[in-house]
Amino acid sequence: MERVLSYAKAICEGTDQAMAQDSSVVLLGLGVDDHKAILGTTSGLAEKYGGARVFDTPLSEDAMTGLAIGMARAGLRPIHVHIRMDFLLLAMNQLINMAAKTHYMYGGHEHVPLVVRASIGKSWGQGAQHSQAFHSFFMHTPGIKVVAPATPYDAKGALTAAIRDPNPVLFVEHRLLYSTTGPVPEESYVVAPGMSRRVTIGDDVTLVGISYMQLECYRAHVYLKEMGIGAEVIDPIWLSPIDMDTIIESVNKTGRLCVVDTGWLNCGASAEIVARTCEALQGKRQFQVQRMGFAPVSCPPTPPLEDLFYPNARTIAQTAAAMVTGSHSVKLPEERPELKTIGFKGPF
Amino acid sequence: MIERTFKSLYRIRRVEEEIARVYPSDKIKSPVHLSIGQEAVSVGVCEALQPEDVVFGTYRSHALYLARGGDLNAMIAELYGKQTGCNKGKGGSMHLCYPSKGIMGTSAVVGTTIPHAAGYAYALKLKGSGAVAVSFFGEGATEEGVFWETVNFAALKRLPLLFLCENNGYAIHSAFHTRQPADNLVERVRGFKIPAERIADCDVNAIRQAASNALKSIRGGTGPVFLECMTYRWREHVGPNDDFQMGYRSRAEAEPWMENDAVRRVGEKLDPERRLGIQAEVENEIKAAFDFAEASPWPESSELYTCLFKEELA
Repeated sequence: MERVLSYAKAICEGTDQAMAQDSSVVLLGLGVDDHKAILGTTSGLAEKYGGARVFDTPLSEDAMTGLAIGMARAGLRPIHVHIRMDFLLLAMNQLINMAAKTHYMYGGHEHVPLVVRASIGKSWGQGAQHSQAFHSFFMHTPGIKVVAPATPYDAKGALTAAIRDPNPVLFVEHRLLYSTTGPVPEESYVVAPGMSRRVTIGDDVTLVGISYMQLECYRAHVYLKEMGIGAEVIDPIWLSPIDMDTIIESVNKTGRLCVVDTGWLNCGASAEIVARTCEALQGKRQFQVQRMGFAPVSCPPTPPLEDLFYPNARTIAQTAAAMVTGSHSVKLPEERPELKTIGFKGPF
Repeated sequence: MIERTFKSLYRIRRVEEEIARVYPSDKIKSPVHLSIGQEAVSVGVCEALQPEDVVFGTYRSHALYLARGGDLNAMIAELYGKQTGCNKGKGGSMHLCYPSKGIMGTSAVVGTTIPHAAGYAYALKLKGSGAVAVSFFGEGATEEGVFWETVNFAALKRLPLLFLCENNGYAIHSAFHTRQPADNLVERVRGFKIPAERIADCDVNAIRQAASNALKSIRGGTGPVFLECMTYRWREHVGPNDDFQMGYRSRAEAEPWMENDAVRRVGEKLDPERRLGIQAEVENEIKAAFDFAEASPWPESSELYTCLFKEELA
């Protein structure tokens, strides 16, 4: 029988195994050793590995990021955890000007094996500064890798790959994923940079779901199936480097691409994916494109507006159905509560 | 000892004078921030270091690079943008790096290497190494939040870290008194329970002695020390020229520093014949370094894409 773990426990297990295998792995960040343990993703690690390898920090996001870079330069493999990605803006100087540049500007003499974990997104009422996702900022910058796994399996495997990578990696975790469950092998394994996953197979429309939006796309595919529409859902997992081949191959088949991001559309990950697909298929294949993501405003905490701010399975299904039927009057499907908790469980 | 110190000081001075002389030819493909006038700080501190210690610097680090033993040929080739440069032409003057001599890198964005030195020091302590990390920065960096954040953390964790502030009185063209309300940096740092001292006269022996005392204390496990070395930049902020005619500072302000020039003062202590011998050695070495840079190849086009990521996995 397959072992099932939550996304949070998968991250914790991946960290634990990496720390057990390699004494140079250290974990730092505000709250990594407290009773809440970053929503359970660092539980028990301080007790097991001691305060020198697992330590709380002053807030100081800028200096603590620089500290982690210095530790990495000295041969450690730090994992720096941020409970909200919004706080990463205080660390951008170190991440963009230093971590991403070090190997290149020092002529390949020095490298930075650093993992930065940052939690993003939605849960109720988080508001303007507790909901943002800046993965596209990092996708824009050469020298740093970006991964946003959506399943417990990929969370553990991608984190293991990130820790073993000799370069800086931004590891993006959506808060609504922590409690989701799925099969996770006990042994160590990697979901390597550049790896993506075709979650469902369909002929009519390609849905690319980034991070948590993979789940909403998966749920949308069930709504669409009832309308007689086959949706091919693709989870990019790694955003930089990104596996465009799988997306392009799918769009070449379906002729329709809808990218659903957990972020804004302007100059975002969705724009990049659409642009690269156009570059690859122009002159060879006609296809429709659509992008979905945050509404172009700051996130409001009040429920009726917050619900409108994010795409969800029903709005994705409605959008995809309109693409396929060419009709402007596709109705929002009736909500099916049992679909609120389903998710992709493999095979991996 | 005096001979070694003189050679180090004179070599840095003459390398930078040669950079300034060559600069109008446009053979140097990088902005240069010359250390002329500030050599004694790097020389004094580096003479107090052990081989296993590491240094982190700023965009004005030619002096630090040379005082710490970075290869001269590789430095000049780097300024020329050649493949034989210490960073293969991908760094330039502001990003010199020579890890085999403990020169862990320099940076153009003010204050950015300060926390790296702290992180390196954390790792040294974790590994039980007796080595020390030294963070060189200008007084302008003490206006960056990251400096105080790092001071706080280094004090908290008692890191084996020497904070080395080169106070040359100016951030580009802005004088210290226009940027900070009080000239009491060491007092403020002492508020974090870090020993802090100012060396006021840029005397190379006093700097070496202060660094030596600080390093002894740090190696004893008592935590970081802060030294503020007062000094003066003789040339413009960036580029090869004087700029006393520009109005933001006067030659009269510079004169006491020039009269107190460490290169000349240390040189005067040497037997003149010996001094001439050292000077001739240095001139030959410098000529050879510029010849090496001239003769070195440019990077191949394919080099544009190399070094973005380190390839091998652990």
